[in-house]
Amino acid sequence: MRWMWIDRIVLLEPAKRLVAIKNVSMAEEQLHDHFAAGGGEPALPVMPASLMVEGMAQTAGILVGHAEGFREKVILAKVSRAEFSEEVPPGFTIRYDARVEQMGPSGASTAGTVERVDPATGDSRVIGRIDLMFSHLDQNMSGEKFPEENFVFGEGFRTLLRQSGVATG
Amino acid sequence: MTREEIFGKVRTILVDALAVDEDEVTLDSVLTKDLGAESIDFLDIVFKLEQAFGIKIPQGELFPDNVAQDPEYVKDGKVTPKGVATIKARMPHVDFSGWESNPEIGKIAELFTVQSLVSFVEAKVAAK
Repeated sequence: MRWMWIDRIVLLEPAKRLVAIKNVSMAEEQLHDHFAAGGGEPALPVMPASLMVEGMAQTAGILVGHAEGFREKVILAKVSRAEFSEEVPPGFTIRYDARVEQMGPSGASTAGTVERVDPATGDSRVIGRIDLMFSHLDQNMSGEKFPEENFVFGEGFRTLLRQSGVATG
Repeated sequence: MTREEIFGKVRTILVDALAVDEDEVTLDSVLTKDLGAESIDFLDIVFKLEQAFGIKIPQGELFPDNVAQDPEYVKDGKVTPKGVATIKARMPHVDFSGWESNPEIGKIAELFTVQSLVSFVEAKVAAK
């Protein structure tokens, strides 16, 4: 299965907004290295920001793909903005809230917030902002051809969508 | 809106989209060569122009689309007379003089200057 960095889609307004969540778990390998103990400092397991960019890309990518019935190969083309103000340790939930800014035949731009939700109290706060651009691969300017099969929205995405109750068409 | 005002807004867009400094953006700057624009940046610029000026830019109107793939338009790395005529008709905002005498397809991106963007937006805004 493809490396999925979101666990469930919790809200979908087609072509407008998609909200997905991810539970950060101590069982995940990346937390053991990010950051491991060393130099006299204790370990500090926190979710890597780069993987939160990927989480948002998957969230916003599904939103953009869904708008076109998953006919387009939606590829992350540009990270226009990625800002983080606080860490997310294991035991918290990340909530990715993505909105379409603009969409056209050749791609889309999205704006999103990253929230940290504390399951112990239900409190949530915005800890990041990520704006992205996606390209529809088959509509690229150079006219280059790619395989017919939609390799972007593969089995991993289909499982996620099915489990979240979103029709894949 | 004056040409000066349009240039000011276009400059802000390019600073944001291409992460360049404001003083790097002059009317003569070439988007690719001088400001480092790559293909995806062109889509970003189109989106930002649409938003900033409240205009619609259909695909292929501001930047050429699929010219390179059409054998009728390109032969041996050069744009054919028919191709040149087509692009010129489609893109009145671009200055083709200097390129026309040796119309290499690889050099076409260098025709897109900040000036050509300003002219394009000026015509679009006037037609609103």
